[in-house]
Amino acid sequence: MAADALTEPQAEPSFYDIEDSHHHEAGGSTLLGFWIYLMSDALIFATLFATYGVLSSAYAGGPSPREIFELPLVAVNTALLLTSSITYGFAMIAMQEGKLRGTQLWLVVTGLLGIGFVGIELYEFANLIHEGATPQTSAFLSAFFTLVATHGLHVTFGILWLGVMLVQLGQRGLHPENQRRLMCLSMFWHFLDVVWIGVFTFVYLLGVLR
Amino acid sequence: MREVISTSPARRLLALLPLAALSACDRAVLNPAGDIALQQRDIIYISTALMLLIIVPVLALIVVFAWRYRDGNKDATYDPHFDHSTALELVIWSAPLLIIICLGALTWWSTHLLDPFRPINRISAEKAIDPKAKPLVIQVVSLDWKWLFIYPEQGVATVNELVLPIDRQVRFDLTSTNMMNTFYAPTLAGMIYTMPGMRSTMHAVLNKPGQYDGMSANYSGAGFSDMHFKLYGVAQGGFDNWVARVKASGPVLDTARFLELEKPTDKVPAMYFSGAEADLFDRIFKRCVKPGTPCGTGMHGMQGGGHGAMPEKGKPEGALMKQGEEKGRGESLTPPPGAQPSPAPHSHQER
Amino acid sequence: MFTESLARTIFGRLTFESFPLHEPILLVTFIVVGLLGLGLVGVVTKYRLWGWLWREWFTSIDHKKIGIMYMILGIIMLLRGFSDAIMMRLQQAMAFGDNPGYLPPHHYDQVFSAHGTIMIFFVAIPLIVGLVNYIMPLQIGARDVAFPFLNNLSFWLTVAGALLVMISLFVGEFSRGGWLNYVPVTNLQNSPDTGPDYYLWALQIAGIGTTLSAINMVTTIIKMRAPGMTMMKMPIFCWTALCSNVLAIAIFPVLTGAFALLMLDRYVGTNFFTNDLGGNPMMYWNLVWIWGHPEVYVLVLPAFGIYSEITSTFTGKRLFGYSSMVYATVVITILSYLVWLHHFFTMGSGASVNSFFGIATMVISIPTGAKIFNWLFTMYRGRIRFELPMMWVIAFMITFVVGGMTGVLLAVPPADFVLHNSLFLVAHFHNVIIGGVVFALFAAMDYWFPKAFGFRLDPFWGKVTFWGWVVGYWVAWTPIYIVGLMGTTRRVNHFDDPSLQIYFVIAAIGAGIILIGILAFVIQIAVSILNREKLRDTTGDPWNGRTLEWSTSSPPPAYNFAFTPQVHDLDAWYDMKDRHAQRPTTGFKPIHMPRNTGAGVILSGLAMALGFAMIWYMWWLAIAAVAGLFVVAIVHTFNYNRDYFIPADEVAQSEDARTKLLAAGA
Repeated sequence: MAADALTEPQAEPSFYDIEDSHHHEAGGSTLLGFWIYLMSDALIFATLFATYGVLSSAYAGGPSPREIFELPLVAVNTALLLTSSITYGFAMIAMQEGKLRGTQLWLVVTGLLGIGFVGIELYEFANLIHEGATPQTSAFLSAFFTLVATHGLHVTFGILWLGVMLVQLGQRGLHPENQRRLMCLSMFWHFLDVVWIGVFTFVYLLGVLR
Repeated sequence: MREVISTSPARRLLALLPLAALSACDRAVLNPAGDIALQQRDIIYISTALMLLIIVPVLALIVVFAWRYRDGNKDATYDPHFDHSTALELVIWSAPLLIIICLGALTWWSTHLLDPFRPINRISAEKAIDPKAKPLVIQVVSLDWKWLFIYPEQGVATVNELVLPIDRQVRFDLTSTNMMNTFYAPTLAGMIYTMPGMRSTMHAVLNKPGQYDGMSANYSGAGFSDMHFKLYGVAQGGFDNWVARVKASGPVLDTARFLELEKPTDKVPAMYFSGAEADLFDRIFKRCVKPGTPCGTGMHGMQGGGHGAMPEKGKPEGALMKQGEEKGRGESLTPPPGAQPSPAPHSHQER
Repeated sequence: MFTESLARTIFGRLTFESFPLHEPILLVTFIVVGLLGLGLVGVVTKYRLWGWLWREWFTSIDHKKIGIMYMILGIIMLLRGFSDAIMMRLQQAMAFGDNPGYLPPHHYDQVFSAHGTIMIFFVAIPLIVGLVNYIMPLQIGARDVAFPFLNNLSFWLTVAGALLVMISLFVGEFSRGGWLNYVPVTNLQNSPDTGPDYYLWALQIAGIGTTLSAINMVTTIIKMRAPGMTMMKMPIFCWTALCSNVLAIAIFPVLTGAFALLMLDRYVGTNFFTNDLGGNPMMYWNLVWIWGHPEVYVLVLPAFGIYSEITSTFTGKRLFGYSSMVYATVVITILSYLVWLHHFFTMGSGASVNSFFGIATMVISIPTGAKIFNWLFTMYRGRIRFELPMMWVIAFMITFVVGGMTGVLLAVPPADFVLHNSLFLVAHFHNVIIGGVVFALFAAMDYWFPKAFGFRLDPFWGKVTFWGWVVGYWVAWTPIYIVGLMGTTRRVNHFDDPSLQIYFVIAAIGAGIILIGILAFVIQIAVSILNREKLRDTTGDPWNGRTLEWSTSSPPPAYNFAFTPQVHDLDAWYDMKDRHAQRPTTGFKPIHMPRNTGAGVILSGLAMALGFAMIWYMWWLAIAAVAGLFVVAIVHTFNYNRDYFIPADEVAQSEDARTKLLAAGA
C-alpha cells in the first residue's frame, strides 16, 4: 500500500515529506526571535519614555532639565554611540567577506566607543549626584535617571556580549554560530542607537528647550 | 436579626432562599434615594434588556442545537461539510454589531449626561433644577481609615457622618491623604476615587430623607473594612438645625488636630468639629498641611496637586541604603498600623 | 552587638520573627506541606528516581515534557490558590456583626492578594503555556519549538517565581496590596514589610519566563509550520496561540517596566509612584492595567481555540466560519490593547475618555459574539458526541454568555460608577475566567490527555469533576452577583449587615462543591493511572480527530513525526484519513534533535536566590547570585555542541512498534 503512494506521486498528493527536504533554517528563526525580543525590549523603553513624559515636569522643588543638562557633553556621547553603530556596520561587512581580522578589529573599535559612551554617562551621573540632583530628589529626576541608566545598562550589557564574542571569534573564527550571534548583537547595537536618538531628542533637547 | 443567624443558620438558610433573590431589588443600588443613582440604575436595566435581546436567543439555540444534533438522534440532518454560509456570517456579525451600536449610543449619551464633573440638570424626574441655586459644596477627604467631610460654607466638619439636605444639588470635592479610596454611597450617585495629591469632583442630589450607608469601595489597607460613614438625608430646615448644633459644640479642626486625626485609626465613631481652617482642604490636596512644607501647584481633576511638596512624613529611604538594624525584622505577619485605639477626644454622640 | 550586626549582614532582615511559629493556621499548613514534601523526596530517593528526573525531565528541552511539567506546576498551584479561595469564602461567611471571623485583616489581605496573584500568574498562565507548548508544535507538524533551551529556561523561571510565592507563606509574609500589588498600599512608606517584595520578585522572574516563552512560541508558529500549511490552513488553536503570544509580548514588557519602577521606589527611594515629590500613583494603575486587560485575552484566546478544536472534533464537522474565527481572534487581539481604562472609569478621566474606552470594550463583544455563533453553527447539522470535552464546551457556552453580558454591562460607564469595585465585578470576572478559561483547561486535559500519555482519563470521575465545577460555579457566584447589585464591595474582611450573611453562606457552599470537583479531578487522574491498561489508546487518534497531533502515536515519540507531514487542508489529519494517506513504514532517516541541558535549572535557581536575597536584604547573596547568573549564561554560550541525531535505526524501531500496534488494533 505504501509503495502505491510512493510510486504514483502525480495521482495522489503526497502527505509525508519522505525526502525530508523541508529543512528548517535555524538561523532564520534565531534572527526573527531576536527581533521579536528587541520589540519587547522596545516596549520596556516605551514604558519608561511614557513614564518620563508623565513625570517630566514634576520637579518637586528640585532642579529642572535646563539647570542640569550639559548638552555639549551629551552631544559628544551621541556622536560616540552613532559612530559605534557605523563601526559595527564595518565589522559586519568584514564578516560577510569572511575577514576574521577585520571583523575583530572593527568590533574592538566598537567596544571602545561603547566604553567611552558608558564612561561619559557615568561621569555625567556622578556630576549630577554631586550637585544634589539625585534620583531621590524628584519624580522628574527618578524618571530621567531610570530611562537613561536603563539604556546605559543595555550598552554595558552589549559591551560584555561583544567581549564574549571576541573570545569566541578567537577560539572558533567565523563559525556559522558565531556569525549568527554577531548578527543578533548587530541588531541589538543598532537598536540601542535608535533608542538613544529617542533619549537625546526627547529627554535632552526637548528638556533644555522647555 | 443577629440572634436568629447565630442560633440556626441551616434553617434560616432554607427559609430565606427564595427571599434572598428578591431582596436584591430592595437595596441601595437597585432602589436608590438619589436621582443620579436612579438614572444609573435605569442605565443598568436598559443595557441589560438590550443585551438580553441577543443573549436569550443564543442561550436557547445552544440548548436546542445541543439536544437536536446529539449523536443518538439519527433523524437530525448530518452535514459535515456545512462550514460556511455568507448569509449566516452576515447575521452573525451584524446582530451583535446592531446591539452594540445601540448600546454605544446609550453609553456616549449617558456617560456625558451623568459625568460626575458635570452639574446635574434636574433634581429628580418630576422636579426641575433652579438654575440660580448654587450647589452645596462639601469637601471630602479620605484618611486612613475614616472619612472627613468639610462644609466650607457652613463652617463645620464631621468625620464618618455626612448629612445632606434633600432635593438640593451637592458638589463634592474629593481628595485623600495617603491611600486611594473610592467615595461610595450606593444610594446617592455611584463612586469616585479619592487620591493623594489629586482632586476629583462629583455632583449629586439626594431625594429621599432617611439613613443610608456609605463606605470606601477601594481596598486601602488594614482598616479598610470598617471605613464606613453614615449618610443622612434631611429636609433643609433639619439641615440648618444640624449645622447650628454642630457649630455650637466641639472643637475647631485646625492644623494640629488634623495632623492628629490623619494618623491611621479604624472603626472611628462619628466626630464633629465646629469649624475648619479655611484652606485646609486645599492644603491637604496640595500636600502641605504640615507647617513648613511648600505647596504644590493645585490643579483640577486628574491633574496632580502634590508636585512640589517636600515629603510630609519623612519619606523612608530606599532599602538598598539600609544597614544593620535599619533593615528591620521581616515579621511573618505585620500587625496592622491601626492597632492603637482610635483617638476620639473631641467626639460626642450627636444625633 | 557585633554578632547582631554580623547577623544582619548575613541574613538581612530575616529573623526568628520571620517564621510564623505563633500562627496556628500557617504552622499547620507548614507542617503538612513539609511532611508531604519530605514524603515525596523520600519516595523519589527510595526508588532512585533523582537521576531519571534530572536527565529525562528537569533538563529536558523536549516541548512535550516541558508542556507536561508546566501543567503539573499549574495544577499544584491551583490547589494552593483554591485553598486561599476556600479561606476567603469561610471568612466572609462567618464574619458578620460582632464575629470578626478567623482571619484578621493583615492575614486576610494577604490571602486575597495571594489568591489572585497565584490563580492568574501561576495557575492560568502555566496551564495555558503548557498546553500551547505541548499541542501547538504537534498541530503544525514540527519536531520541537524554535528555541528548545529557551523553553526549558522559561519553564524553570516560572517555577522559581512560584517557589518564591510559596516560600512567602512560611518565611515572612506576602503582599497585602491586591493581585496587582497596588500603590499606595504597597509603597515603601505604607508597606515596609517583605510582602510587596515577594510579589515583585516572584512576578518579575516568572514574567521574564512568560515573555521568553511567548517569543519562542510566536517564532515557532511563524517559522516551523509543516510544508503546505499556509497561515489560513493553520489549526484554529494555533491561531489563537499565536495571537495570545503576540499579545503577551506586547504587554509583559509594560508590566516588567511598571514592576521595575516600583522596585526602584522601594529599593532606591525614587519617586515614581510615591505620594510626594512629584510621584504619581495613578500611573501605576495605568501601567498595570495596560498589561492587565490584555492579559485576560492572553488567557482566553487559547481557551477559545480549545473550544473550537473540541467542537469541531465532537460534532464531526469542519469548524463553521474558520476565516471569520481567525479574523475575530485578530480583532480581539488588537482591541484588547485599547480598553485598559475601563478598569478605573471612576478615577475621573472625563466623559469623552470614559465613553471611548467603554465603547471600545463593548466592541470586543462583537467578534466574541461571532465566535459563539460560529460554535453554535458548528454544532448545527453535526453529530454531537457528548464526551467529556464536549460537555465542557456546552457548559462554557452557557456560562460564558452570561459573563460576557455582565462584562458589557460593566463597560457602560454610568453602570460602572455603581458597580465598580463591587462584588458584582468580582462575580463577573470569575464568571468569564472560570467559565471561559478554567472550563477550557479541563476540557483540554480530558481531550489531549490520551495524546500525552497513551490512555484516556476516567470518564466517571471526569463527570464528577465536571458537575462539581459547573454546579459549584453557579452556586458560588450567583449570590455574589446579587450582593454586588446590593452595593456590597470587594476585599472586605467583615460585614455589618447580618441580612447579607445568607448569600455568603451559599457562596461558601458553592466553593465547597467546586472543591469536590477539584478533588474528583485528582481522583480522576489517580484512577486513570491505575486503570491505564483498560483506558489504553493504541491508535493515537481516540476521538476521530482532525488535526495533525492525532496523526502520530500516543504518546508521540521524541521526534514527534518520523516524516514531516505535508498539509493540503485545514483539517490536515482528517483530510489524510479521508484520502487514505498511507503512513510510510520504511526509509527512515536520522533525525536532528537538540540536546538536553541543565543550564535552565541552574539559571533559574540563581534567579530565585537573587530574588530571595533582595527580598530579605541579603546584599552579599544578591551580588553573588547576579555574578553567578552572568558566569553561567556566558559559560553556556561557549557550548557549541547542542544537538545530536537520533539514528535511523532507532526511529525505525519505534515506528515499527507503532505499525504493529496499529495492525493489532485494526
